[in-house]
Amino acid sequence: MSHHFPALLVIAPLLSAFFISGAGWLNRRFCLPLAVASLGVAGLSALSLFWRVVQQGPVLYRLGGWDPPWGIAYAVDFLNAPVLVLICIVALLNLWASHRQVEEQFKEKTGAFYTLYVLMVTGLLGITVTGDAFNLYVLLEIASLSGYGLIAMGEDRAPLATLNYVYMGTIGACFYLLGIGYLYIVTGSLNMADIARILPGLYENKAVLTALIICLVGLWLKMAFFPLHVWLPNAYTFAPVPSAALIAPLMTKVMVYVMIRLMLTVFTPGYVFSTLGINDAVVWFAVIAIVMGAILALGQRDLKKMISYIIVAEVGYMVGGAWLGNRAGMTGAILHIINDALMTLCLFLAVAAITYRMKSYTFSSLKGLIRKMPFTMGAFILGGLSIIGVPPTCGFFSKWYLITGALQAGHYGFMAALLFSSLVNVVLFFRIIEIGFFEPFNEGHGHGEHGPEPMNEAPLSILVPLWIVALGLVVVGVYTSEIITHVLQFAIPKAIL
Amino acid sequence: MSGIVATIIAKYNYWIYICLMMIGLYAMITKRNLIKKIVGMNIFQTAIILFYVSIGAKRGGTIPIIEHAHGGQSHAVEAVHYINPLPHVLMLTAIVVAVATLGVALALAIRIYNRYRTLEEDEILSRIRGS
Amino acid sequence: MKKLGLLLVILSGALLLYATVDFPLWGDPSSPASLHVSPRYIEKTMEETSVPNIVTAVLADYRGFDTMFETTVIFGAGVVCFLLLRVLGGEEGDHYYRHLPTGVTIHVKGAKGKSLSGEFERIDMLWTPYDLVIKTACRIMIPFIQIYALYVIAHGHHSPGGGFQGGVILGASVILLAISQNLRTALRRIGEKTVGILCAIGVFIYAGTGALCLALGRNFLDYAALASVLGTDPVTARSHGILIVETGVGIAVMATMIWIYNNVSSAGRYDEGL
Repeated sequence: MSHHFPALLVIAPLLSAFFISGAGWLNRRFCLPLAVASLGVAGLSALSLFWRVVQQGPVLYRLGGWDPPWGIAYAVDFLNAPVLVLICIVALLNLWASHRQVEEQFKEKTGAFYTLYVLMVTGLLGITVTGDAFNLYVLLEIASLSGYGLIAMGEDRAPLATLNYVYMGTIGACFYLLGIGYLYIVTGSLNMADIARILPGLYENKAVLTALIICLVGLWLKMAFFPLHVWLPNAYTFAPVPSAALIAPLMTKVMVYVMIRLMLTVFTPGYVFSTLGINDAVVWFAVIAIVMGAILALGQRDLKKMISYIIVAEVGYMVGGAWLGNRAGMTGAILHIINDALMTLCLFLAVAAITYRMKSYTFSSLKGLIRKMPFTMGAFILGGLSIIGVPPTCGFFSKWYLITGALQAGHYGFMAALLFSSLVNVVLFFRIIEIGFFEPFNEGHGHGEHGPEPMNEAPLSILVPLWIVALGLVVVGVYTSEIITHVLQFAIPKAIL
Repeated sequence: MSGIVATIIAKYNYWIYICLMMIGLYAMITKRNLIKKIVGMNIFQTAIILFYVSIGAKRGGTIPIIEHAHGGQSHAVEAVHYINPLPHVLMLTAIVVAVATLGVALALAIRIYNRYRTLEEDEILSRIRGS
Repeated sequence: MKKLGLLLVILSGALLLYATVDFPLWGDPSSPASLHVSPRYIEKTMEETSVPNIVTAVLADYRGFDTMFETTVIFGAGVVCFLLLRVLGGEEGDHYYRHLPTGVTIHVKGAKGKSLSGEFERIDMLWTPYDLVIKTACRIMIPFIQIYALYVIAHGHHSPGGGFQGGVILGASVILLAISQNLRTALRRIGEKTVGILCAIGVFIYAGTGALCLALGRNFLDYAALASVLGTDPVTARSHGILIVETGVGIAVMATMIWIYNNVSSAGRYDEGL
């Protein structure tokens, strides 16, 4: 059975989606256990795959029993194995934290919500594990479509924000599809490894260059890279918290993974970094993204929007790091995929806890909250420290690698942008601490009594996963060097020095 | 000049697909009506279908269904006689995805209309600011 | 905005045109796309899967995994439309009823909880004319449409067609019923719950067949594993496997088309459509 783990990884959540959908009509009590069980199976498959990759090297699975260029192959290697584990962990923890809110918010439609939740995870896992460029597009659409559904169920303005996301997301996915078509017309293949084998003879071909550019633009739209980010803040802000806490940590990060996958495996580093010579331009775009994301985050008056703009800046980190063209930058970018997903999850789970108690997430509702919800705010601050980049949290280490990469590449603009954004993050989070600690609890809200507010924490079902993530930030930070020496360094081809 | 004309004629369907695609993209960027944008989105996706199907064309090839397949005499099947089936398969997927996206977009448009009683983006935005 | 949009469009159009210079000529039999992967499909399909329609073979077997997710996309769209639009709970507001023996139409205000039955038939607010010709014509056409749809699904191995096309036609026949009569009549024939469950069952037939192959010891979706169950040789088993999954696709697509139509046309209230 262990031979079939790559298939099982995607199939378990997929099959459970149909059962959950059926259970939604017949007996709603089974929806949650089914979702947990299937994500658990997927998580175990991901863990054992990860272990096998570390022990024995990359794994190839031929779906339908056909050999790769003709059939579709799943390829698990050092680059995507950690991402797979990450997706399963984030999805499971968020499911644990948010099931109570889902049942309160969706009532009769709980079944439909869990169906889409599981489908979204299926899509993300499939995007990560697949070795076929077109299969990736189909899975991308699954993840996006279920994402639209999950986001649009939010507040008043959510449908409008989602429709804008649909427009931008469709253009993005279509551009990616078009880029794959351009590759297909000159190579005749859809398998990533096979394309990479054929491409070296075609580096002069204009279609290959165009394919790279439109694929990148498509993915940048999907990952909300700065000038193309306009859909993200509204979509994530108005989304219901359970969906936002799944989509915000994973969607953009998986798109960054796809970009790195295309750069390293399909177009190969030799072409991307040496033949083209566009890395400098892309890194400068990333600089703009980081600076603008940080500035826009400063101007926000509510938590979710602030975090959304921080995500825009973080996407800039990863794109810039990947395009620096050296080993340290690439390591930083890949490491930051993992770290940023965990940090975003931590912040969004804290927001979930705050909205659960306060029914609001504006800055003004945070007054006195550190006394009222000390554990939630503690985890929130830990997440904030990691975003700022304070050791020993994991955010420090990926930032360290990114800055080292910028120094080695001699790209001081990127280094300055990273430092600037860290500084802005300090301001952002200390402002929240100030509001939460020093400003008194909202009088109109409470009963007018003075003195310390009574503690009114969020339920344990949110607090426990929240603290698991928060401690996870530190654990990942402490074990960073192990992660790099045993896994990530093999993910980066030797061609990158 | 004749060189350019010759290139255009030799690859005219690629030119057509690009024109179609740009019409769709232009509609999505500039139109202020949500339904018109959805129409633009569909044109955009259809253009990609035209592109892929063009890849599959083969001069002198017929549709990729083998004739007299289960008949008695077995004759060698040669690739040059049949057009490339792969782009058609891929586009079946793309069509389905386009339909699915269209359904979701329309559902969202209905939700927006129920809430704001209009589909003009400007009016919706002014209503959001007003409230 | 218009100028900026035009500039963007022209720039991206120019980029795409720039690349066509290096494209192989249109219809060139020696282009890479015609030489690298696809010849194997054309030349080996018959001996490997025993399906003359190469598109069907590639769709459901060589790249069957894509197609499974494609069906899932449709299923997901159905679920999204339901989640977004469906209004659960009692219906309120005004209703129109027609008194069948006399043809008189009456208008009932605030009809919540009350319903007229017997000689009264509820009619749509926006569709008052009573058109016998349309109803009868559609009633005659619908069975033929459905038989044709079944033919398209079943004959997908030998002629253009297959699960998607047949499923859409089947769905269209039910939608035609909803348009020519009204949504409530269509819902009486095939209810909301049935549609929702059929939708999941259809895709489950596909994925379940794949999982069965896995349980029988071959790779996921390797239909050759079904040979022992079906009692045929592996090549014929592939052909039968394709038929099974195409049937699943047909069911899923039909149900989803109806589901999306029901939700979108009545804005989720399920009382009066179009």
